[in-house]
Amino acid sequence: MSGANAIAGPVLEIRGISKRFGALQANRDLTFSLDRGEVLALLGENGAGKTTLMNILFGHYVPDAGEIYFQGKRLPQGSPAASLGLGIGMVHQHFTLGENLSVLENVLLGTESLFRLSQDNKTARDKLITLSERFGLRVDPDRLVAELSVGERQRVEILKALYRDVEVLILDEPTAVLTPQESVQLFSALRNMVAQGMSIIFISHKLAETFEIADRVVVLRRGEIAGVFDTEATSEGALAHAMVGRDLPKLDRRPAKPAEAIMTLRSVSVRLAEENNLHDISLELKAGEVVGIAGVSGNGQRTLTDLLGGNLTATSGELVLEGRLITKASPREFIEAGVARIPEDRHEVGIVGEMSIPENLIIESYRDSEFQRGGWMRGRQIAQYAKSLCDTFDIRGSGEAQQAKELSGGNIQKLILARVLNKRPRLIIASQPTRGLDVGAQSQVHQRLLDAKQSGAAVFIVSEDLEELFALCDRLHVMFEGRLSESIPIEQANIDDIGLMMTGKVIRSSGRAA
Amino acid sequence: MDIIELIFTVGFWTAAVRMATPLIFGTLGELICERAGVLNLGIEGIMTFGAMIAWMWVYQGGDLYSAILVAAIAGAIFGVLHSGLTVYLGVSQHVSGIGITLLASSASYFIFRVMLPNVTTPPKIESFEPLAIPFLSGIPFIGPVLFEQTIITYFAFVLIPMFSYLLYRTPFGLAVRMVGENPMAVEAQGIDVLMLRTVAVAFGSALMAIGGAFLTISVFDAFYFGMINGRGWICVALVIFASWKPGKAFLGTILFAGFDALQIRIQQESGIGIPYQFFLMLPYLLSIAALILISRKAAYPKALLVPFRKGER
Amino acid sequence: MRLERRQGVPIAVRLALPLIAIAVALALCSFFLLWAGTNVGQAYLSLAKGAFGSRFALTETLTRATPLIFTGLAAAVAFRAKLWNIGAEGQLYVGAMAITFFGTGLVSLPPVLMVPFLFFVAIVAGGLLLLISTVLKTWLRVDEVVTTLLLNFVVLLFVDYLLFGPWKDPMALGWPQAARIIEEGRLAGIVPRSRLHTGVLFALGAACLVWILMRYTRWGFEIRAVGHNIKAAHFSGIPVKWAVMRTALLSGGLAACAGVTEVAGTKGYLTVDISPGFGYTGIAVAMLAGLNPLGVIGAAIFFAGIYNGADSMSRAMNVSNYIADVITATALLSMLVCSLLVQYRLRRD
Repeated sequence: MSGANAIAGPVLEIRGISKRFGALQANRDLTFSLDRGEVLALLGENGAGKTTLMNILFGHYVPDAGEIYFQGKRLPQGSPAASLGLGIGMVHQHFTLGENLSVLENVLLGTESLFRLSQDNKTARDKLITLSERFGLRVDPDRLVAELSVGERQRVEILKALYRDVEVLILDEPTAVLTPQESVQLFSALRNMVAQGMSIIFISHKLAETFEIADRVVVLRRGEIAGVFDTEATSEGALAHAMVGRDLPKLDRRPAKPAEAIMTLRSVSVRLAEENNLHDISLELKAGEVVGIAGVSGNGQRTLTDLLGGNLTATSGELVLEGRLITKASPREFIEAGVARIPEDRHEVGIVGEMSIPENLIIESYRDSEFQRGGWMRGRQIAQYAKSLCDTFDIRGSGEAQQAKELSGGNIQKLILARVLNKRPRLIIASQPTRGLDVGAQSQVHQRLLDAKQSGAAVFIVSEDLEELFALCDRLHVMFEGRLSESIPIEQANIDDIGLMMTGKVIRSSGRAA
Repeated sequence: MDIIELIFTVGFWTAAVRMATPLIFGTLGELICERAGVLNLGIEGIMTFGAMIAWMWVYQGGDLYSAILVAAIAGAIFGVLHSGLTVYLGVSQHVSGIGITLLASSASYFIFRVMLPNVTTPPKIESFEPLAIPFLSGIPFIGPVLFEQTIITYFAFVLIPMFSYLLYRTPFGLAVRMVGENPMAVEAQGIDVLMLRTVAVAFGSALMAIGGAFLTISVFDAFYFGMINGRGWICVALVIFASWKPGKAFLGTILFAGFDALQIRIQQESGIGIPYQFFLMLPYLLSIAALILISRKAAYPKALLVPFRKGER
Repeated sequence: MRLERRQGVPIAVRLALPLIAIAVALALCSFFLLWAGTNVGQAYLSLAKGAFGSRFALTETLTRATPLIFTGLAAAVAFRAKLWNIGAEGQLYVGAMAITFFGTGLVSLPPVLMVPFLFFVAIVAGGLLLLISTVLKTWLRVDEVVTTLLLNFVVLLFVDYLLFGPWKDPMALGWPQAARIIEEGRLAGIVPRSRLHTGVLFALGAACLVWILMRYTRWGFEIRAVGHNIKAAHFSGIPVKWAVMRTALLSGGLAACAGVTEVAGTKGYLTVDISPGFGYTGIAVAMLAGLNPLGVIGAAIFFAGIYNGADSMSRAMNVSNYIADVITATALLSMLVCSLLVQYRLRRD
């Protein structure tokens, strides 16, 4: 793919880049280069420093040391304007789009001098349409971004860069939000771009797609380069080893012994607003098994987890918890019934960042007589409780008074797990439980969930990571546009079929796509 | 004269247009600040300071036109201060705004007192006279209402379409609208978010100060304590009521000013009946009522009140 | 330029923060004094003497600090819950009106009951006023900054109406003031030949109670959680709406107590100008105190001293006493900057 197009001389040279954030050395002395017409994958687990490096390249951050050369010219640091001016573009993991503005406006932003007294919409529109056809990225310029699907939004994000005539395109975990089929479309668009002379840096933590799209792979581990490989000359195992640096403990997973139903949904619908509604959902969560929901985010998963966690009331249908019919949501009622909730947004919803670790550990149970009496908080008991939990769950902080927001992502997740798992919950609702965690932390979280299942809890996981679902679940549902597929036992599940279902194609029992 | 007849008099509408003028400046000024993502609660103080400094400039011998400019510059300086605190340092926008209102108000009273230590009745200046626009002011009814106003009111008329054009049809306006929705998008397109917000806030604050100046150099001829009287806060309410759109803001200010003018007339006409204080309460109560009607569905700019920390994810 | 979080700030620095902010504010305001043609050193000396330099000055400062402690507590409690109560001025007057209604002869109890009774009616009145804005915020998403502010104007107009109308004391020779609070309801003087009254003891007590509430009780825990992160608080089962409403009742009630101290203590009867902006100054007090109830005591005394000192300074040196408001505002802003610089370091990029 690349060999024929690669011209001698690297288009990008990264030399000795280092970057520190407080106590964390995110990048340490990184050096490598990108050839013209090549697709280079930047591989590493979460927290390895890939995004930091690309943010430096694009100008969001200024490095502490090191330089970058673009076609032999030194790249001014810390200025997205300079990077864009030289021809470097970025497709961010969290899209940089204004939802209440149109596609055209989002693309136009910043392309004309702010001192100009008028906008040339017509030329811009024509150019945008030409680009979108040339690269197979169809969008309607006048639609508001808020109305677009995730895949369409990503197309806009890419078009923003293409509009700027970039020669080097950085993509940060682009397939995290796509179905397998949309990923295929993306890759074909990327190949198209390469054929037209562009060079691509592709950040990922997924091995399979790295092999599919990249010519070379730079593996980062803990901020350092762990190896540079040619995809044709290496193996998944070698890459995995470079990524992690050691062998992972195997998960202790045993077959499910489903017992009584802890929570049942019958024909539940939730109408919120325009989107994120649920239609006619039926679900049964039994003790001793792990049920997973596969699906591209934005199809109602958040509504479903809010519903199951007691944060939302169903518009119609029945929700039965521990044999009782629940008609109105009350987080406290669910918590007291033994429902453990692990939210998707750790920082925003899972902890109160400015409060201490002990305070966050008791935030769901501060009313218990163990922690307060007659309104007075029992400081000593709370401190003791916190200490024992930090020991058991390996939460590493720097002292009792430390604010929770200063903890690392992994420690925050452990705090949340400690908070909910310590009370021997009957049902665990876990939403993207390992997002953003490094492999070691991921493994710990997975094992805790499996242990909980062994102890007889019902475990419910929503995840965008199909590998995670296949590793943990006993059965799966696929979610699409607010509807759930039937339950699929994991032995009968097949990644391609699941992928198709995630795009809405219904699989008939004969196995052929409808 | 009963209310219906009142609404059809030229005098009533002339007064309404005049009373709408400071509200137009104040509301559009606040609007651009909030569109850029910055709540500017300094408006009441900035309008007070604008009123004082314009008057003082003329009192000390300056001409009326440069007084407008002086007020605008003063407003812009307070805007830069607010922006420095909230945009660059990320301090609470609520508290910074209130601090600026306290500072700007107290500074205006202090400066006034120091320069005029012993006056009990505020001295007067020669203010703008109404300027009749030839031909247009001859149109029946609309003529005297719209075209026999003072120059600052004419500025206000021109400001509204210019402001809309700026916001919706220039690259700067696009950037301002985007920075209040998703500042990361603006940063990623190579624009300096902090500088952009500062310019927007400075511009908005300059407009606010002109709104205040209008009261001293175009209406009352004198500066007295408490003359802004909550109009700045009413502008904040009007911005929400207008869904952050200039056209709706204009309608809101006219409606409000009309109501205010009506309330004054009724007070004058009604004789003994209801105590005048209750009439004076009406503008504030009306603003609260307007907010109650509109707030549930209000589509705030998404990045309003959220400080942008460069390089933080 | 960007901000980087500092690690581990020593407690001594945190405690010195308000002092640093004050020093900065006084330094900045010296420019105003210079411009006014005054000798800065003499002016500040005169201010200090007027604030703390004699027995009388001290009692005056403490008398003035009393309502500021209450309005400072009101702001501190509300702001901790991210409830932007700018309506302390109106709540103060509503409290003053409540005790005028009940305390000018309608109800008569022995002093040991009357005074608490008056506080009680004031607290209820102030709490209910703020509750209006809070209910609008909680259920209808109406921004409470604007409603609390606008209500201030409404309340003041109402007081104006009452004092020029139905409540005008016929024995006051034409001045717009209400009837006097009955003897049993007056706050007794505690230092002879001064205006200092028991209100200051109530204020100090209130500060301690609020501190204990926020730090050691379950309701304080809820208020703090809601103020820091309302989404997380709701997710964890904290009854957010009730926590905010309780905060409103407490904050409004505290502000109203300032009305009690002024009407039943300092002056003895309600007038239109019973508060020269105590409600707004209370915000500066709360910020300088870092929203800490005990810190409010010190901050209130400081600002009271500034206002007091400025009065005597303006008499002695012919400088407008509005300088006190300028110093207050500058101190507030300066405290904001200093608080931030303590938590974050400015890094050149």
